Amino acid sequence: MKRHLISAADLSRDDALLVLDTAEELARVSSRSVKKLPTLRGRTVVNLFFEDSTRTRISFEAAAKRLSADVINFSAKGSSVSKGESLKDTALTLEAMGADGVVIRHGASGAPYRLADWVNGNVVNAGDGTHEHPTQALLDAFTMRRHLGDLDGRRITIVGDVLHSRVARSNVLLLSTLGAQVTLVAPPTLLPVSVGTWPCEVSYDLDGTLPKSDAVMMLRVQRERMNAAYFPTVREYSRRYGLSADRYAHLPEHAIVMHPGPMNRGVEIAAEVADSTRSTIVEQVGNGVSVRMAVLYLLLGGSEPAIGAGE
Amino acid sequence: MSTFLIKNARILGGEPRDILVRDGRIAEVGTGLAAEGAQTVEAAGLIALPGLVDLHTHLREPGREDNETVLTGTQAAAKGGFTAVHAMANTDPVADTAGVVEQVWRLGREHGYCDVHPVGAVTEGIAGKRLAELGAMADSAANVRVFSDDGHCVSDAVIMRRALEYVKAFDGVVAQHAQEPRLTEGAQMNEGEVSDRLGLRGWPAVAEEAIIARDCLLAGHVGSRLHVCHVSTAGSVELIRWAKGKGWNVTAEVTPHHLFLTDACCERSPAGRSYDPLYKVNPPLRTRADVDAVRAGLADGTIDCVATDHAPHAVEDKETEWADAAMGMIGLETALPVVQAAMVDTGLLDWAQVADRMSARPAEIGRLEGQGRPLEPGSPANITLYDPEYRAQVDASSFASKSRNTPYAGLELPGRVVATFLRGRPTVLEGKLV
Repeated sequence: MKRHLISAADLSRDDALLVLDTAEELARVSSRSVKKLPTLRGRTVVNLFFEDSTRTRISFEAAAKRLSADVINFSAKGSSVSKGESLKDTALTLEAMGADGVVIRHGASGAPYRLADWVNGNVVNAGDGTHEHPTQALLDAFTMRRHLGDLDGRRITIVGDVLHSRVARSNVLLLSTLGAQVTLVAPPTLLPVSVGTWPCEVSYDLDGTLPKSDAVMMLRVQRERMNAAYFPTVREYSRRYGLSADRYAHLPEHAIVMHPGPMNRGVEIAAEVADSTRSTIVEQVGNGVSVRMAVLYLLLGGSEPAIGAGE
Repeated sequence: MSTFLIKNARILGGEPRDILVRDGRIAEVGTGLAAEGAQTVEAAGLIALPGLVDLHTHLREPGREDNETVLTGTQAAAKGGFTAVHAMANTDPVADTAGVVEQVWRLGREHGYCDVHPVGAVTEGIAGKRLAELGAMADSAANVRVFSDDGHCVSDAVIMRRALEYVKAFDGVVAQHAQEPRLTEGAQMNEGEVSDRLGLRGWPAVAEEAIIARDCLLAGHVGSRLHVCHVSTAGSVELIRWAKGKGWNVTAEVTPHHLFLTDACCERSPAGRSYDPLYKVNPPLRTRADVDAVRAGLADGTIDCVATDHAPHAVEDKETEWADAAMGMIGLETALPVVQAAMVDTGLLDWAQVADRMSARPAEIGRLEGQGRPLEPGSPANITLYDPEYRAQVDASSFASKSRNTPYAGLELPGRVVATFLRGRPTVLEGKLV
């Protein structure tokens, strides 16, 4: 494994499988009554959140705490950052405090790379702008593996605002590393101009793609996009690219429905689909903790076994 | 005024010659020259070029003297082999009145490192709405001939048309920063494979090309001179070639960085960094194919000249997240080495052509008397002596510029300016400011 996890491209196939297998092991611990492991005792993990994201922050916090790390939550609001402190000065402060790992969520693409230039600890990208969100992709792959088994050759359809989605970028990279066949479905306005060079297929036809999908992942679409002429109206978007109950019926029996959250019910996904038996949306959240434990352990834990002999 | 005898310099890369400089002019060129009381400058192995002329420099004074001043900027220019620079108008206050352009021009004269020719803003406050008093700036002591809202595009077609027409009265030229504003809102880097991977808002080539196409048509229609700043795309080169083919009076410049660097630097810089804002510049670094096209354009004369777009920025404006960082890079002190690496060492230009693209043509476009003249008796002694064999890593700490935002730090570049003469007076000797 590389020192930092900033892009899903940082993971080789072996790395990715190691994270997923480790997450499986750790998930078993999470189902016990005593969930805590001593693995990262004495280590400090800083959650550096420049964007509000309660879901992701809590997930990382729970992951670090279950590994017995000391966790410092540093959110931009009400801190020196809101008084104009630069990312560099924040980084130097963390460095002085002896952070072993820094989990960063930032609105600017590439901010984790800048941070990694200034700190010695391991940097984990918890979402940067419209770039990547690799632990989301890992938890998505983890969820898919649980339902579909080995992802090699599996057909995964990702639908929605790919252009602005860090989730889509990380998923395309990770899933192709794992051998899955990814198809992106979106209005052409919400696809990057060079999407043809990505390791995936592209389609504008959701109805034609769904019957051939083992999993379909719906991306959040922001209503403001309509004001920049990415699509005419939310209703039209929903009609052409939303996962309605009718479309849901065309999925193969075994296929699962995913969403990274937060959802716009009634826009990209119908409420009854989000709540259906084949929806893994709530499960994804739970799996996030196991996957993030695996990432923190593999980056920070060094050579110690995740689940010690004294267990 | 002292007399200098430059010995064994290869004028435009030719056979060694001696150049006798007296009273600010070239007195004699030949072999085995001698002159009583002359200070000898040994120039064996050095190329002699006419002093370089930059059509596009940001000196930041007035307003951002923390980043650069007329003094430090002209010192950087002298060290880069320049004897004249055009100071862009986007200062604070904007150079949109006779008062501001005269102030900048006077500072240049007082410091004496390099001629400073202020560029006047096309519109008041470079806001693109109302023409600035172009005639007053032309008639001022600064004698402004080049007008530009650089940093902003004169995007309104009517304002652009009027500006092109209006400056004909005093043989001025409008230098356009070609950037369609709506297509580049929030743009961070070249739109393409790299921006798509990095999740950075794209600055598409079409936003430059659409404006260039429109402006060429306007210049053709009203019979005016148009100069296109910092051409960066293959499509732009084609459009300018087409406009020149029509016989329209269109000229263009390319920066050293657009001749040398690609958008791949944003993903991984030569120093191994990702998203390093030292590579954030406007127009953005483009693709390899674009670099090849602007090189070919400069070689065949479609692009008339090299201009640095020297853009000093404070450290804190670059040591930040990409999206928050300022756009631009410094370039005066590395321009000639970069041109050597991109154009000469690749066989695309010889030294005579370098002199044309970096001295004669820009002087002609800027209507500068006494700059860009051939190195022959009678010409003003604006001379750059350059060692093309020198090799070293670029060391930003040695720069005269106040700023350090060079994209070349740590890279090995060829060549070094050994001496610069401004009307017979050395501003640089042995690579150091005089």
